[in-house]
Amino acid sequence: MSNGRFGIHGGQYIPETLMNEVIHLEEQYEHYKNDPEFNRELDDLLKNYAGRPSLLYYAEKMTKDLGGAKIYLKREDLNHTGSHKINNVLGQVLLAKKMGKTRVIAETGAGQHGVACATAAALLGLECEIFMGKEDTDRQALNVYRMRLLGAKVHPVTTGTQTLKDAVNEAMREWTNRVSDTLYVLGSVMGPHPFPTIVRDFQSVISREAREQILEKEGKLPAAVLACVGGGSNAMGMFYNFIPDKEVKLIGCEAAGKGVDTQLHAATIAKGSLGVFHGMKSYFCQDKYGQIAPVYSISAGLDYPGIGPEHAYLHDTGRAEYVPITDEEAVQAFEYLARTEGIICAIESAHAVAYARKLAPTMPKDECMIICLSGRGDKDVAAIARYRGENITD
Amino acid sequence: MSRIEKAFANGKAFIAFLTAGDPDLDSTKRYVREMEKAGADLIEIGIPFSDPIAEGPVIQEADLRALTGGVTTDQIFDMAAQLRQETDMPIVFMTYLNPVFHYGYDAFFARCKEAGIDGIIIPDLPYEEKNEVDSVSSGYGVTLISMIAPTSQARIEQIAKEAKGFIYVVSSMGVTGTRTEIKTDLDGMLAQIKAVTDVPAAVGFGIHTPRQAADIAKKADGVIVGSAVVKLIAQYGKHAEQQIYTYVRMMKEAVSKA
Repeated sequence: MSNGRFGIHGGQYIPETLMNEVIHLEEQYEHYKNDPEFNRELDDLLKNYAGRPSLLYYAEKMTKDLGGAKIYLKREDLNHTGSHKINNVLGQVLLAKKMGKTRVIAETGAGQHGVACATAAALLGLECEIFMGKEDTDRQALNVYRMRLLGAKVHPVTTGTQTLKDAVNEAMREWTNRVSDTLYVLGSVMGPHPFPTIVRDFQSVISREAREQILEKEGKLPAAVLACVGGGSNAMGMFYNFIPDKEVKLIGCEAAGKGVDTQLHAATIAKGSLGVFHGMKSYFCQDKYGQIAPVYSISAGLDYPGIGPEHAYLHDTGRAEYVPITDEEAVQAFEYLARTEGIICAIESAHAVAYARKLAPTMPKDECMIICLSGRGDKDVAAIARYRGENITD
Repeated sequence: MSRIEKAFANGKAFIAFLTAGDPDLDSTKRYVREMEKAGADLIEIGIPFSDPIAEGPVIQEADLRALTGGVTTDQIFDMAAQLRQETDMPIVFMTYLNPVFHYGYDAFFARCKEAGIDGIIIPDLPYEEKNEVDSVSSGYGVTLISMIAPTSQARIEQIAKEAKGFIYVVSSMGVTGTRTEIKTDLDGMLAQIKAVTDVPAAVGFGIHTPRQAADIAKKADGVIVGSAVVKLIAQYGKHAEQQIYTYVRMMKEAVSKA
């Protein structure tokens, strides 16, 4: 078995208790990913349940307003459950069921992965428990109730910074407690091998569709594709099938919070350093003694101190570029997209929109770009109102 | 004979854990000496980590207390070096990979050597990844301790064959912390280990009563107790000497009689 390296990144840095389980998961995944019946069932779920393929929408007003490259939006926000997370969970929960597991557990930040996981578990008949930082259960109360409606049990995590990284810690602890009937459905392209590969493969449907769609509409490849990056699953999905197309710039937009020169950010590539955490070698925000740093972003989904190992590798090789976007830039982009295109996107996705607003005007009009609109913004409306000084409740 | 070998040379070993800097480094040093006086055969000193994924609430909170108190890896090395001036007790570090990796393997193990640290236990460094550490630590005479878990099954032979110092046998599923009952087939695991190696096997995770310790000592070469000691420190803070002494003495006696 390979132990899942992307350059020097990746690996399997986890307690011995979990080793046989991740080896077994890799074997099962290698089997089912080539199994015609598994793929038929997954395709059927993606098409008839999740609503794929997602639209590639030409944002004409935004394009004209910015006056540069043509802007297309890959509308993952239109998927069932409102984000790209459904692509991965349908794959992983179906895999769990094939493996004979009866229970899935997952971490969630904004709640999008938790909701998606609870949805897939409800549909496929598995028990589901979600770990979510206490701070996130407060700022994303709507998603907590959604998960409960879907039959999942939600555990608010009160350790550490009470956000996404602590939710991952607690989900890993729970998995070491009970592996025989349980699969940990990781929500991003992170964690120990084989998770970064499994999640990337299930998310790569985004760029498989987008590449075909743009060739059909434009007759050529985009000059750039943009996506927001926390752990990096929508970005990895959006980049993957464009990696061999060297002329396509791959741009990940990470959360700079109050700014990369403050302590309040989650900009792993801009400010992090090499480390080993959550089962993988990659870049992390940490102090000089390797203690994982508290991170901050207005976006719960990007509020994570690390980045998936394949992104770390794409950064090392220069194949992808990673740029920091502040809270303020993201909020402005959130509002801009709503007014300009009538689309309320997730605050996570708004980080990619924000960079597009800077980049598009510098590009010629005969080029085009695709922004991955990874999720819808209903969950963020109350928080954005608060950011703007209006106190409304969910 | 190495110091770790000596720990197992006189009957069953009692191994105790505490977190460095909980509540401060002076207390850590005093408590190590107290445990030595009470009969502990080997001490594991935890270098606290912000995100200890193999620990239950008791040791998580100890790590948090220590880090909130501002303890750093460099200060822990200084404390360990002072301890080594005073005692010949076998001492190993227990920590997560990132504090070691980020310090730099060479720099970290050079300082371990200077401070007289005998070994290191890293719960998030499984067999598949151990070479990147072992290739450096062994050059500085620091023994990388291997762990075996209830789920290890066929991996036991592979791990045990390459094990050095002692083998840390994880008694149960889940994280560290006291348990009322240990249901794992320890006999089976220990038999698998003994079939391939003479390296001593010590059992930890969940053990806190003398009865549990005695039962385990009948089967294994040593008993490891962490959370129960840390709980005393949580309760008595800088004044836990007497409680620690009494507890360790009681546990060591239970282990010795087995």
